Amino acid sequence: MPATYANILISGALAGLIYGLSALGLSVIFGVVRIVNFAHGEMMVGAMFLTTLMVNALGLDPLLCLPVVAAVLFVFGYLLQRFLIERVAHLPDHMQFLLMAALATTLTAAWLMIFGPETRGVRLSYGYDSYEVGPLILDKTRVFAAAAALVVAGLLFAFFRWSATGKAIRACGDNHTGALVVGLDVRKLYALTFGIGAMCLGAAGAIMVMLIDTQPYLGPQYTLLAFVIVILGGLGSMAGAMLGGLVIGFSEALAGVLFQPSLKSAFSFALLIVILLVRPQGLLGKRA
Amino acid sequence: MIETMLAGAPRRALVALALLLSALVAAPLFVNAYALSVLILALYYAYTGQAWNMMIGFAGLLSLGEAMFVGLGAYASAGLFQKFGVPPVLGLFLSVAVSAAAGAAVGWLAFRFDINGVYFALLTIAFSEFTRILVDNWAYLGGSEGLFLHVSGLAGWDIVNLRGSPVMFYYVLLAMTSGMFLLCRYLLASRLGYYWRAIREDQDAARSLGVDVFACKMAAVTISSGAAGLAGVVYAFYYNNLFPETAFALSHSIDMLLGAVVGGVGTLFGPIFGALLLTPLGEALTAATDGLRLPGVKQFFWGVVVAAIVLARPTGLWPMIAGALGLDKVGLDKVDADEKSGR
Amino acid sequence: MAGAFLRARALSKSFRGLRAVSDVSFDVPAGAIHALIGPNGAGKTTTFNIVAGVFAPDAGGVTLDGVELVGKRPEDICRAGVGRTFQIVKPFRGMSVQENVAVGALRWTSNTREARDYAADTLALLGLADKRAMSPDHITLPDRKRLEVARALATKPRLLLLDEVMAGLRPTETDAMVATFQKLNADTGVTILLIEHVMRAVMALSQRVVVLNHGEKICEGAPADVVRDPAVLECYLGEPAPHA
Repeated sequence: MPATYANILISGALAGLIYGLSALGLSVIFGVVRIVNFAHGEMMVGAMFLTTLMVNALGLDPLLCLPVVAAVLFVFGYLLQRFLIERVAHLPDHMQFLLMAALATTLTAAWLMIFGPETRGVRLSYGYDSYEVGPLILDKTRVFAAAAALVVAGLLFAFFRWSATGKAIRACGDNHTGALVVGLDVRKLYALTFGIGAMCLGAAGAIMVMLIDTQPYLGPQYTLLAFVIVILGGLGSMAGAMLGGLVIGFSEALAGVLFQPSLKSAFSFALLIVILLVRPQGLLGKRA
Repeated sequence: MIETMLAGAPRRALVALALLLSALVAAPLFVNAYALSVLILALYYAYTGQAWNMMIGFAGLLSLGEAMFVGLGAYASAGLFQKFGVPPVLGLFLSVAVSAAAGAAVGWLAFRFDINGVYFALLTIAFSEFTRILVDNWAYLGGSEGLFLHVSGLAGWDIVNLRGSPVMFYYVLLAMTSGMFLLCRYLLASRLGYYWRAIREDQDAARSLGVDVFACKMAAVTISSGAAGLAGVVYAFYYNNLFPETAFALSHSIDMLLGAVVGGVGTLFGPIFGALLLTPLGEALTAATDGLRLPGVKQFFWGVVVAAIVLARPTGLWPMIAGALGLDKVGLDKVDADEKSGR
Repeated sequence: MAGAFLRARALSKSFRGLRAVSDVSFDVPAGAIHALIGPNGAGKTTTFNIVAGVFAPDAGGVTLDGVELVGKRPEDICRAGVGRTFQIVKPFRGMSVQENVAVGALRWTSNTREARDYAADTLALLGLADKRAMSPDHITLPDRKRLEVARALATKPRLLLLDEVMAGLRPTETDAMVATFQKLNADTGVTILLIEHVMRAVMALSQRVVVLNHGEKICEGAPADVVRDPAVLECYLGEPAPHA
């Protein structure tokens, strides 16, 4: 049944693009600010709740909510860097980790207090529609979701490639001291970067509600998923994050067919361990 | 050996240590069952925090997969006991061996390529999660349904089978924590301890002085994970049930390193102090927020408290307190200051 | 001249196509003090790093007392008897000055007490006795350079590689350091190869000088001859002013 396999793989790849967008948020932040955002998944869950709330209260499509959710997350990320993370930038890795882990705990607890432990989903008018392309059947939601992820990622690439601010941020990431010397406002650029990273995962969260239901404890799972993707693609590499997302989307789909579905994340981790061992800098990462 | 361990320790610190130990030995006579359970937890975190500290504080290796080593140790001895009737007093050797082997495997894979810092931390998380999912799917050891130990005779003191009252577990953990403290003290004062600290500060400089960086890191990760495996034995037999979801959880790792970080990474007494401080604090927070009947409120404040401590005292609380009490010459770091006036 | 103790044969090393060291050969006899000089970017430190095992050369070899060093790890080269300092100092910041040096002494003893005692003596030799309980963060840069020397010396090397340890010293301090090395060389017979910009030290200390420029050896000889060599003069003076 090659068509069945093809369907599963394509569906995996489409989900992989959303994973990739989420991981992009992590990668951008690490690449420039040099902070591993251990509260990544928890922030994303916040974005998912916000989207669900808007969709259910206002009857909007998640993709229409996306810009608002992304903007909210941008502000959150900007302030987080400015008022909290900036203060631990000079501390050793384990202190930064603990602060981010504490933040993650607090966020999960906050979602639990605000939204309760129940699972919340959205109902889409086109939830059961699909496109038929030859022998392939593509879920409409997945196609929309993946397209949205690609558009956001594309905008981000364009921003970093062509805008003056984007170039300044990249310069900061490449050479912190150099950026200071040429008079860039590094503190502000770091906060901007964190905001943009958060915006990315906010957009990913808004899209993600189209595929799965939201509950407060999803955070760690998404954090780990983003780690796997980002290391796979190469920490700090933007294209690597998208590629890593695709690879993980594929591998999860494949593992779901070949093994038990419950083993699919074991498959991803195994993949990650193999990559770390043969190419520690990741698929598209630069050698340190 | 004893001479190296005592080197530089001022009498004042030794007296304070003896007082603390006596208080801890006598504690079960004076506290109720609940307080004892809190103390047991505190000692468990003191011990595991110390084991974790050996890697990060001494050798500069950030492991975020401590739960894997504890979990493997727990499953090894619990499995032997439950499936083959092997008492934990023998099973612990397998526990230590399995955990140490896991640590050595992770270390060997990472250090060959000089994977350090954040990358090493993420690798340990990956291995930990990988193990969790595997055990979750391993029906023989209960899988996600959990592994349950026979519960029998919870009153006596069956050390061989680790079946007995909480008081027994308390003293077992107290002995382990004391032993771990002495081991760390000995290692820090040894050549290996010097080499670890040198590697922590500058790997290239250490190499240029003849330090076999790979071997020393392997020693750190192997000893530390083996020690964590031993904690796993107590974890399994104290709780009598094991679930991959909790034993191998990242949050379990975080709980273990919390005390050490708050107490002071790299210090000898910091992990013990941190665990003895934080565990009751966590319990108090639970008690204080219990009445609110709002799920999540305890974790919320817990996160805030931890973040506040990190921001306020990035080097941990112990160095400050030790300084205030005049005990800060316990650490070897200050031995030189003594020698200046003495020798 | 007795056979070479340290022998570098046709060393070459490129970084991303840029030739840092090109076909450099030199010998240092046992017990001698030689210097490696040249403008910035001449390949001196790269040469040191090849000898110390930090980089593998693209071509060529290094022998110490007839034993091949290329292919060995830096720690094994130290155990083979090579002590080195770093141009950009690398103290162990979380350890006291004395502990820093004790790490070096632990190369040959596993007894930490003995290592500390030896470290104290070594520090005294370099005039750091009163700083030994301090953190390396709290001593001056020249003192940190001395600490580098003490640490390397504590490994009891047969060959000592000194990378710009006189930089930043006052003339009197330079003279004191020169005297220390001369005494050390006379007492222990340690062979010394130094990279140095301070010509005062080079002239006083070294019996022979190798001059590198753009990764190539352009001249070798006694210090007094080398400074009169037209090629050397040109590389130092005939070009636009060096960056540093």
